[in-house]
Amino acid sequence: MESVTSSGSAKVTLPSDEEILITREFDAPRHLVYKAWTTPELVMRWWSGHRGAMKIAEIDLRVGGTWRYVMVAKEGFEVAFHGEYREIVPEERIVTTEVYEGMPEVGEPALNTVTFTESDGRTTLELLQTVSSKELRDMIIETGMEAGVQEQMDVLEELAISLR
Amino acid sequence: MARAATTADTFNAVAEPRRREILEVLVGGERPVNDLVHVLGLAQPQVSKHLRVLREVGAVDVREDGRQRLYRLNGDALKPMHEWLKQFEQSWSERFEALDDVLDDLKQKEQGDGVCDE
Repeated sequence: MESVTSSGSAKVTLPSDEEILITREFDAPRHLVYKAWTTPELVMRWWSGHRGAMKIAEIDLRVGGTWRYVMVAKEGFEVAFHGEYREIVPEERIVTTEVYEGMPEVGEPALNTVTFTESDGRTTLELLQTVSSKELRDMIIETGMEAGVQEQMDVLEELAISLR
Repeated sequence: MARAATTADTFNAVAEPRRREILEVLVGGERPVNDLVHVLGLAQPQVSKHLRVLREVGAVDVREDGRQRLYRLNGDALKPMHEWLKQFEQSWSERFEALDDVLDDLKQKEQGDGVCDE
């Protein structure tokens, strides 16, 4: 099995019961990572990953401005998110709200804080997602159900890494 | 009040930093309470309290061995959280790989522009 700490993969940790931290290093200077993160035509090229094709990427990059991303999954259904920019420090930090349109709105929207840090021409991106602890638990439970009972878990070490 | 433990309880129990430390230690294998007290640098009553919470939600199992109580992880109870983390990590990794390609293009374009503008 692949290691969760292999260089190319995103690292996901749970700093608290309301936070998910995603970290990844990119072999590119910060201004380019920021550009790819905030330019609609470029977001269209990467945000859906291999899970489908992007349909809409709208970005009004100013405090109080909104964004909306819509992807068509391989299976045919649409997945849409939108939010509002709360804080923008060009090339350094963006704070936005995030609402998943597939779910009825309950309580506060999730808050995403993205920071870009450059060192030796490489950029570390940190995405901190703050959600309600109920929302996080529900996501985890849903996935757990989908996974069902499979082989005996022998990957506790990976889990320990994730909890750090 | 007694009730059946659920995955949600597991998540709550695991969210506490000290309890996560206990789980990390137990990843290495079964341990008696005294070991945990030593490794964590906490008073025994505190460790026992955390272990009780973890046991109530099924995250750890305990067995008697002579005069010792040995604690170990219960992988089945922790599995849903692990599965979720794996899937979440996988989807972000795929997304970032696509972003790598975009960045490669931007880097090339920037270098190209630098040369052409001279």
